[in-house]
Amino acid sequence: MKELDEKLDSLDAALARGLTQERLSRGQFLRRAGLGGAAALGLGSFLSACGVGGSSSGTTTAASNGVGSAAWWAKQKQAGTLDFANWPLYIDTDHGKHPSLEQFTKQTGITVDYKEVIQDNAPFYAKIAPSLQAGQSIGYDIIVMTNGWYLTELINHGWLIPLDKAKLPNFTKYASPIVKSPAYDNGNTYTVAWQSGFTGIAYDPKLTGREITSIQDLFDPKFKGHVGMMSDNTELGSAGLLQLGIDPATSTQADWKKAATVLQKQRDDGLVRQYYDQSYIKALENGDTWITQAWSGDIFQANASGYPHLKFVVPKEGVMHWTDNMMIPMGAAHPVDALEWMNFYYDPKIAAEVADWVNYLCPVPAAKQVIAKQLQDPGVANSPLVFPTKAMDAKARDYYTFKDYNEFKTWNGIFDPIIQS
Amino acid sequence: MEPRRRTLAPYLLGMPGGVYLAVFFIVPLFAVLSVSLQTGNPDTGFTLTWHWHEYVTAISQYHTQFVRSFFYAGISTAVALVLAYPMAYWIAFHGGRHKSTYLLLVLLPFFVSFVIRTLAWQFILSDQGFVLGTLKSWHLLPQSVHVLSTRTAVIAGLTYSALPFMALPLYVALERIDRRLVRAAGDLYARPASSFLRVILPLSAPGVFAGFLLVFVTNVGDYVNAAILGGPGTTMIGNVIQTSYLQNFDYPMASALSSLLIAGTLIVIYLYARAFGAARIQEYA
Repeated sequence: MKELDEKLDSLDAALARGLTQERLSRGQFLRRAGLGGAAALGLGSFLSACGVGGSSSGTTTAASNGVGSAAWWAKQKQAGTLDFANWPLYIDTDHGKHPSLEQFTKQTGITVDYKEVIQDNAPFYAKIAPSLQAGQSIGYDIIVMTNGWYLTELINHGWLIPLDKAKLPNFTKYASPIVKSPAYDNGNTYTVAWQSGFTGIAYDPKLTGREITSIQDLFDPKFKGHVGMMSDNTELGSAGLLQLGIDPATSTQADWKKAATVLQKQRDDGLVRQYYDQSYIKALENGDTWITQAWSGDIFQANASGYPHLKFVVPKEGVMHWTDNMMIPMGAAHPVDALEWMNFYYDPKIAAEVADWVNYLCPVPAAKQVIAKQLQDPGVANSPLVFPTKAMDAKARDYYTFKDYNEFKTWNGIFDPIIQS
Repeated sequence: MEPRRRTLAPYLLGMPGGVYLAVFFIVPLFAVLSVSLQTGNPDTGFTLTWHWHEYVTAISQYHTQFVRSFFYAGISTAVALVLAYPMAYWIAFHGGRHKSTYLLLVLLPFFVSFVIRTLAWQFILSDQGFVLGTLKSWHLLPQSVHVLSTRTAVIAGLTYSALPFMALPLYVALERIDRRLVRAAGDLYARPASSFLRVILPLSAPGVFAGFLLVFVTNVGDYVNAAILGGPGTTMIGNVIQTSYLQNFDYPMASALSSLLIAGTLIVIYLYARAFGAARIQEYA
């Protein structure tokens, strides 16, 4: 720890890293991997889809066997090993090593087997669900998933181990208010944030010719044929709801239909260039779109890699806030080690190291000082895309949390036809 | 011993392939058919209820995408045929000793992943990219012109990815044509055009048929081109199936759509074979 600090003091850390290695965000990686991964995974999911037993029957839930209760946690012991599954390029990396994990090992004696195996929520869920249903371990102590239907399913089925808050003092002390007790997991019973981000609007001021401030701008006929919307129907539907002044988190099915009408009109009027996956950022960089729905971290990366003129805005109607969460799946072999890491990560020094590399929203506001003073990377420390202002936090909105499959299906039935016409 | 082995040999030789097909084609096919007639959801499980409502919904909701897929596949196959035939003809008849080099060039695109090649087209055709951007900067095209996100882009992408699949069977068919027949046509005072139309073209029919099958069937279910090069209003049925399976976990709907796609494709192939293919192919082959 001390050794590292000394090294960092002797050199502008960000500069050194910039010179010695290529930085790729999770977004850029996905862009490069393109649909290849999706296509490859498609086959696996297709085959696994052939087994179609119900996943709610025969499940051992936390309630039924006491896993995750205080008494259960009291019996668990540290094992000295941690199996951690995460998304690609989503942790600090230096010449193939992860300094934050190495410090963790040094301090706690726990060795970490870190695997970048999660490409997308749906296929990963499809991969682990059969094992969890059969009551088998999936081989990981921590997995990272975005809030949304698949995470809700994990919670509904009782496939996550309730966390022992007493062992997470750093989370209690340092976590940002916007990641505490989110709508999809009240009281952080099962999850704590890894990174989060905003889905707002990005634009190219040269092409729009004016400053963008509102969701309404996505519906402006002046930008006909050059508006990018997202093909993820949760993002698309939420934008429609915000445009109508409805908070997605508390919206009703009637609201969804109203939002669909607005979005259908936007499409029929020829405003929408395309419904994009991760490739929206390329389209914005190429000038195909002038204004687009966008994820905050990507715009930070684009600004740093040759597109400094692109802008990200938090629209005045509100900005969607998504969170990638750490959680412990049922059957995890080393739950205590997993908790230990979660707590360790919320130490501002460690969160700072990860944030300085990953550049999404950091769930630990105190990390800002560390990045500014010790890591000496003001570009990251002062960026509102990594450490949002209070005003931005106030605009953050939660997604609607589906209660059951039928709600999820209704939502899909309302918004998919717009994208897939 | 000898005669017995001879009678068994063909079956033994056919067995690995047959077993492979049975396990990896027939079984999944029936699984898909079965799931399409099931009712339920991923939480409660699915039960076989023999309800056909998924088919009704599939057709009423997605008939546009079905028709579009067959239309795009038909056009791209026809264009690929028109582009690939002269190329295959030239290699087969005038390729000389460099034939294999030319064939390698035809196959070269396969050395790069299909998805990456399609992404490259996205880059090349972007509004301010080096084709459109350059033409626009010379004022040869108005600023508003774009190729990406249009039907043209998707069909062009489908055609591009189909070319080698079309060219290879055509080349094989043209290559096997007995040159003496062509010479005989000339000896009988057939002009080059009519010797092509009455000798070469009919003899290459098996290649056309094989090329059509390979390309049309692949393209009708394609979802990569529409996803990468398309825009609103170019969604193909493959994209709908992909979303139903992978995002929505709506297995009965996805299976019903897949079954309809298989059925539709078989009907088209059957009609095509009746109209142009099978009889003539047997006659000439």
